Amino acid sequence: MTTASSETATHSSTTLRAKDYKSEVKPVWCPGCGHFGVLAALTKAFAYLGLPKDEVVTVSGIGCSSRIPAYIDGYGFHGVHGRALALAAGLKAARPDLTLVVAGGDGDGFSIGGNHFLHACRRNMDMTYVVMDNEVYGMTKGQASPTTQPDWSHSKLTPRGTGVPRFYPAAIALAAGASFIARGFSGDPNELVRLLVQALEHPGFALVQVLSPCVTFRPEQKGWKQAVHPVAEPAPDDPGKAASLIQSDDGLAIGVLYAQRQPVYQPRNRAEAELAEIEAEFLL
Amino acid sequence: MTDGFQSCAITGSGGSGAVTAGMMVLDAAARAGCYGLMTRSAGPQIRGGESAAMLRFGASPVACMGDSFGILAALDWGNFFRFAGEIPLTAQTLILADPGAGKVPPQLEAYSEQIRWVNLRELADSLPGGRFNMVAVGAIAACAGLPLAAVLQAASAILRAKDAAVIDASHACISLGFQQFSSDGKEPLGKEPDGKKTTALPEVPRRWSISGNEAAGLGALRGGVRFVAAYPITPATEILEWLAPRIARLGGALLQAEDELASINMIIGSSFGGVPSLTATSGPGLSLMMEGLGLAVASETPVVLVNVMRGGPSTGIPTKSEQSDLNIALYGLHGDAPHLVLAALDIGDCVLTLHWATRLAEHLQTAAIVLSDQLLGQSRAIIDPPGLPELNLARRCMPLDQGGDYRRYQFTEDGISPISAPGVPGGSYTADGLEHNESGTPSSMAGDHAAQLAKRRDKLTRFDVGPLWAEISGEGDLCLLTWGSSHGAVLEAAATLNASGRPTRVIGLRLIAPLQRDALLAAISGTRVWVVELNQDGQLFHYLRSEAALPEHAMSFARPGPLPLRPGEILTAIAAEATDDHR
Repeated sequence: MTTASSETATHSSTTLRAKDYKSEVKPVWCPGCGHFGVLAALTKAFAYLGLPKDEVVTVSGIGCSSRIPAYIDGYGFHGVHGRALALAAGLKAARPDLTLVVAGGDGDGFSIGGNHFLHACRRNMDMTYVVMDNEVYGMTKGQASPTTQPDWSHSKLTPRGTGVPRFYPAAIALAAGASFIARGFSGDPNELVRLLVQALEHPGFALVQVLSPCVTFRPEQKGWKQAVHPVAEPAPDDPGKAASLIQSDDGLAIGVLYAQRQPVYQPRNRAEAELAEIEAEFLL
Repeated sequence: MTDGFQSCAITGSGGSGAVTAGMMVLDAAARAGCYGLMTRSAGPQIRGGESAAMLRFGASPVACMGDSFGILAALDWGNFFRFAGEIPLTAQTLILADPGAGKVPPQLEAYSEQIRWVNLRELADSLPGGRFNMVAVGAIAACAGLPLAAVLQAASAILRAKDAAVIDASHACISLGFQQFSSDGKEPLGKEPDGKKTTALPEVPRRWSISGNEAAGLGALRGGVRFVAAYPITPATEILEWLAPRIARLGGALLQAEDELASINMIIGSSFGGVPSLTATSGPGLSLMMEGLGLAVASETPVVLVNVMRGGPSTGIPTKSEQSDLNIALYGLHGDAPHLVLAALDIGDCVLTLHWATRLAEHLQTAAIVLSDQLLGQSRAIIDPPGLPELNLARRCMPLDQGGDYRRYQFTEDGISPISAPGVPGGSYTADGLEHNESGTPSSMAGDHAAQLAKRRDKLTRFDVGPLWAEISGEGDLCLLTWGSSHGAVLEAAATLNASGRPTRVIGLRLIAPLQRDALLAAISGTRVWVVELNQDGQLFHYLRSEAALPEHAMSFARPGPLPLRPGEILTAIAAEATDDHR
């Protein structure tokens, strides 16, 4: 098993440290936001893997967590709400040489971007999707997200709660064909770095759902520190066993939930013709 | 052939082979040395229903369908009434009909004297593997004056993937059909009385047979597009289907997206990666792509979107044409979002317009919407191969010796900032749809917003686009100003006006936004202007009005689709000008 708690690259000739991957832009996050821990873990994972800064691209949609590309010193794309995975798929198809991290939140990824999430799972392009899940829309000041409990009634938009069952990212990712599914906790940085390294090294689409407390609109999530626990058993590579594990999961188990090698989709081709040959098809 | 062109319409039920027959006649006309145009019409059915091919060919390039058809060949009468508006007939129209196809519909009772019977089914059944649409091809060719050898060559070419027996059966059917009308006193040109299969034809220039959708795809490839994201929609799908295998052969990629929202964002991602990128869609898809287009504008990521218009709004008339997406193309983006809007003027022009649009988008680092329509996209033309213009427009790449001072959205004199791409050392930045400063850092400050808005506007308005903004032909005190596929009908109307002693100028706008206002005002100076287009409310007319680009007395001739504009109705409108009210 990989261990990756060090801030420096350990198996690369480069000497980049985690702080070298941080930009000078100050995060807009609230003091105490869980996303600080995710940003720190990401840069540590990059440093551990010794990834060249110019060859890592962070792509995001909209929301608190989607601000991450600006906070990383490298190439990034801060797009529009829910579309990060689509943008990343186009980038990966055009530039298979790049390391892609897609970052976002539970609303961005599972509500407005829900269709893209399903198809990113089944398309299995090589990218790591980090979803900072705080079960609330923070940037628009506290509305229910797809992962919010049905009886959470603190939103003015749903004062009687949503009344609808929660969206279970791991179960849906598995059903949609994802080849790597993990859950982390932003308050456990060493474990999160380890999971991110595994996700980045996984060939194909890797989902890392990170429980990342919103201390402003969901202060009760501070209790996650005591509630999270390691997964009960090593990650299965059999989807049936993974389904069983995920179904019995309380949503607070931390670790890899499923990992399997599957064909990675990459449509880019090698040139084998000149345009003149194609134009000649029109000649009568 | 009263106007120098021969024209025919072939109608039938879906699956009867009307379109295949039309393709064969068009190909034969090309082999006989003609230019030509074939448009298709079908209902919204998947299989069955009605289907028609409409052709026009002659010694000079064909701009549009004429005001009526010289020949109507009915393979059967199923749903014939649906074509009543699309296939105008006259007292001179020759109607080929099969007695085995049932009773002639009431719409044709007035033309009963013009019907010439040919036993399509009976003749086909007399030959092993015979098909009645092939008999019809022979009959049409003879009536239209096409040499049999040209038709047989066309059949061989179109059926080349089939077994030899199928080709032989088709040749036999075509010859039988041809003989029906080559020996009844009406001498066809280039008659081949013995039905020989491979009679040599005179040498003719090698021309292209190309559809508008294929031409759009080719123009994009010429422009350097090597990534396409696709979601199928009628009538744009054929651009994507044509591109898929070909872009792969060129080392590029086409990715089928889960929806239009994904398509537009995928090409923003690929273009950010440094690869010129395109998507194609039609009205409803364009609506869905507006948010993504705004992202391309704000992040200054070049993308090209081809919108093949159909009747709207909503699902509208998916299989038929209209020019009613101009408003959304111009105004659909929220915020102040300057971008390029272009329109192709004919099938061959789809090559040039897409080529140019791609290079403009790359150079100006913005979104380009190119408007085509069903009439252009799903029609096929015989044209001279389009030339390859020198368009020295490329992405302005960041200098590699930037020394750590690279600012992606740096203010420059012309508003175009040097761009980098992932993997380029020292060029890193975050592309952003949020307002930002020169470095790309998000900013909500009024000064940054105003400066970036002005930068994105000025880079388009200050750029000298050169002469390609419009096709201008003719001189006169009357000016017909148009866009898109209506250009063909307008050209033909103008030719008639010129011949009748009313000198007429035609302007086909290729670049609609940013409007080249001064050049346009100069081009229409001193003329009586008519703006001609195929939509209900005169969308171009009102846009030009809002841009103060029309004289007070300018007139609008606009009507909705799906029937294509015909030269005659334009002439009628102009003739009735004195009694018309101004819009």
